[in-house]
Amino acid sequence: MKKIIFYLAFCLMGTSFVAVAGDTTATLRGNAITDDAYPERMPTIENDDVKRARNYPMQPPTIPHKIDNYQVNINVNKCLSCHSRRQTEESQAPMVSVTHYMDRDGNFLADVSPRRYFCNQCHVPQTTAKPLIKNTFEDVSASLRKDKEKH
Amino acid sequence: MSTTRREFIRNSALGVATAAAGTSLSVSATNLVTDSAYTKLKWSKAPCRFCGTGCSVNVATKDGKVVATHGDIKSEVNKGLNCIKGYFLSKIMYGEDRLTSPLLRMKNGKYDKNGDFEAVSWEQAFDIMEEKFKKALKDKGPTSVGMFGSGQWTVMEGYAASKLFKAGFRTNNLDPNARHCMASAVGGFMRTFGIDEPMGCYDDMEHADAIVLWGSNMAEMHPILWTRVTDRRLSAPHVRVAVLSTFRHRSCDLADNEMIFTPQTDLAILNFIANYIIENDAVNWDFVNKHTNFKLGNTDIGYGLRPENPLQKKAKNADKAGGSKPIDFDTYAKFVKDYDVESVSELSGVPEENLIELAKMYADPDTKVTSFWTMGFNQHTRGVWANNLVYNIHLLTGKISEPGNSPFSLTGQPSACGTAREVGTFSHRLPADMVVKKKAHRDIAEKIWNLPEGTIEAKPGYHAVLQNRMLKDGKLNAYWVMCNNNMQAAANLNEETFPGYRNPDNFIVVSDPYPTVTAQAADLILPTAMWVEKEGAYGNAERRTQTWYQMIDAPGESKSDLWQLVEFSKRFKTEDVWTEELLAKKPEHRGKTLYEVLFTNGQVDKFPLADISKDHPNQEANDFGFYIQKGLFEEYATFGRGHAHDLAPYDRYHQTRGLRWPVVDGKETLWRFREGYDPYVKAGTDIQFYGNKDNRANIFALPYEPPAESPDKEYPFWLSTGRVLEHWHSGSMTQRVPELYRAVPDAVCYMHPDDAKDQGLRRGSKVKIVSRRGEMVTMVETRGRNKPPKGLIFVPWFDASRLINKVTLDATDPLSKQTDYKKCAVKILKA
Repeated sequence: MKKIIFYLAFCLMGTSFVAVAGDTTATLRGNAITDDAYPERMPTIENDDVKRARNYPMQPPTIPHKIDNYQVNINVNKCLSCHSRRQTEESQAPMVSVTHYMDRDGNFLADVSPRRYFCNQCHVPQTTAKPLIKNTFEDVSASLRKDKEKH
Repeated sequence: MSTTRREFIRNSALGVATAAAGTSLSVSATNLVTDSAYTKLKWSKAPCRFCGTGCSVNVATKDGKVVATHGDIKSEVNKGLNCIKGYFLSKIMYGEDRLTSPLLRMKNGKYDKNGDFEAVSWEQAFDIMEEKFKKALKDKGPTSVGMFGSGQWTVMEGYAASKLFKAGFRTNNLDPNARHCMASAVGGFMRTFGIDEPMGCYDDMEHADAIVLWGSNMAEMHPILWTRVTDRRLSAPHVRVAVLSTFRHRSCDLADNEMIFTPQTDLAILNFIANYIIENDAVNWDFVNKHTNFKLGNTDIGYGLRPENPLQKKAKNADKAGGSKPIDFDTYAKFVKDYDVESVSELSGVPEENLIELAKMYADPDTKVTSFWTMGFNQHTRGVWANNLVYNIHLLTGKISEPGNSPFSLTGQPSACGTAREVGTFSHRLPADMVVKKKAHRDIAEKIWNLPEGTIEAKPGYHAVLQNRMLKDGKLNAYWVMCNNNMQAAANLNEETFPGYRNPDNFIVVSDPYPTVTAQAADLILPTAMWVEKEGAYGNAERRTQTWYQMIDAPGESKSDLWQLVEFSKRFKTEDVWTEELLAKKPEHRGKTLYEVLFTNGQVDKFPLADISKDHPNQEANDFGFYIQKGLFEEYATFGRGHAHDLAPYDRYHQTRGLRWPVVDGKETLWRFREGYDPYVKAGTDIQFYGNKDNRANIFALPYEPPAESPDKEYPFWLSTGRVLEHWHSGSMTQRVPELYRAVPDAVCYMHPDDAKDQGLRRGSKVKIVSRRGEMVTMVETRGRNKPPKGLIFVPWFDASRLINKVTLDATDPLSKQTDYKKCAVKILKA
């Protein structure tokens, strides 16, 4: 019973959820600190292979496919089996950025730099989970457009 | 499969192109802007907002907004790299729910603890704060007011808070959230070396032949340092990496020697290595004879629980936890002799051959070893011991204070070192490693601050865990929480934190950019400027101090922590807070406000507005009328200059990507305590552990002792908590970045598939995690990045909607008062 109440409370949240004073203050939470929301389903990984626009050119692209059971360890790097320079012709996957061939001092190496070896430190897949909070970050191109319109 | 994927891409791309053509053809046809008047971005440097690594980033602003960030190629720390969090720094200020005005719980137009939050002005906010702080001070004295601060404060903010509370309000009830993360490391340093912070620096990674991780998942928690370890391991194939942990995690992917041990048995493994070094004649006698002492530490020291707890009552040395007596080498050798490979292997569950391989790396005089640790050691009821024991190994072999030979305590927060430790915002500390209980140290602080003798109280204040207990007990009544999210972060939420905050006797103020779980439990919420919305300085784990300028304005009425602290000081006159006896000693302070005494004292207000950057805003300086950040920094720096904590002149930090202290004659120090590297070491001494009077480091005989709570029949699982790569701490910033949120939206329960199967569970099953203190509902993950052994679960704490700290135990290290978040007993029920 308790479980159902929590679940209902969670569903109603944001629409007409009225509760004890201040119970919805924490926007990443939405209920009393002493209560618990019943979890929804485990979100799945977006696996449609469609590239996503970057927020700015230096942002590492997010991964548009599943990486379940991809081994990246001391013996093997599964990601590079598609994304390394030599493999991209066959895989038609994007090649890792040229920056990935540079060592700490900016020299280009013959192959991908080991400092870039663990891809997941910068590149992550995206689940289907819907963000709880909107982010109002503005792409610089919006500001550029405004500048142009002014003139 | 790959063909299908390519076809899919081609079809989808066509669809996207068509859609674009239909709606916005004109834009896509002509929208390359080339005029440099528009495309030029303004770039400034800043340290990253997140972990203790201290990467430097370049931040681009346009029209008053941050539009891009990237790793700074000029930074020695990260050389152009960032982790996933660092690459998304641009978006952390832009959560739609940024707080823009103070919010006070009100009913019928008046403050009411049970009221709803309503927007008020800063004037009204400070009015009620003033009333509540003054009432507490009048009714119960300085011990009834306090503050919980942060290792994410800027150096100046921590310093201002320290002055306001320790000198102004005369209370030592000031502690940072760094208590949860670094206190055991501090305790270890002070006990072994008599001076805080690592002797080595990050350059050790490029010099080491062997790298050992003791309770540190660097791959996720210090990702950029991990890129340096990975670079070293893979580019120099002779290098070996050993990883010790209580569960398998991403750092194990690089391990040559992976050791998963039973929680708490790291103490035994450390003693085994010392024993192996002695038994295999690998002691560096010259080093040991010249530079070390041996000591036997007190045992049976309890678990930092409330005094009435049976475990505390039973502990023989609960009130003498720090005691020790000198011993000789033979006594020490006999002490560690019990820790032979057979018994330690049995206790820890690590195979004998792995233990021996590890011990050999330390014992081999030709292998340079760098040891890293973080929360596995520090969040430990014997955390100071664990720190002492790892130093033992490096001291027995003389593998210390030189490139590649380095026991290296990593920091969690961006300024846990710079602010919490160096400024001394702990309840027992003062700047530059000084402590409140020593008269000589208080005298120095009072002299620099131009205060009457006796202003600073000698008794240490309430530490983090004690603050929550005292709130609950009604002894701490006016309380300010700043730059942290302790309702989510502190252990044992149900029994201590929540009842403490909601105790009707107490008034709780929370300063934060966002409405956090802690804000929800507050009575007054103050909207706060963050990161590059203010000027500041951070100090990272390798003693590197870095500064940044304000780049953009904070939204609405948000103000920085610094502004809040200093502005609030105007509300108090010395007569409100000091005794007549004290005022009589410095009659010139009579009738003055704390603002005048502490911040316009001729030192903090020494630098005029003309000195601030012409190219950057500076809200606080313009508001107060002087370059307050520089004034605070320079006054603070006088504590350390000439005392082995030398900082460079403030302006120089704006020109560099940070400098590692002590900075002497304009030069930073990479390795401390060794002649040739450290200017404080006298010529001809070779090594000088000058933190201790006899210039020697202490090797401690300390045993294995069991944890405060272990699994039993009713609660059969170990629970360990921690972080994930994609989220910083409680997630209040990173959960508001859509890409990071979507990468890891929820805190799940990582468990062994066999354990799940035994309970009739599988991946995705809803479960209730139950301890003696509380419960939390989440889903089971059996295939994730963390792979616990049977009998242990791992649940991260970043998720505001799933508070694992309802379940954890508030047992602490009795020496460091730091909570053990890695060990308590739970059961798992279907939910």
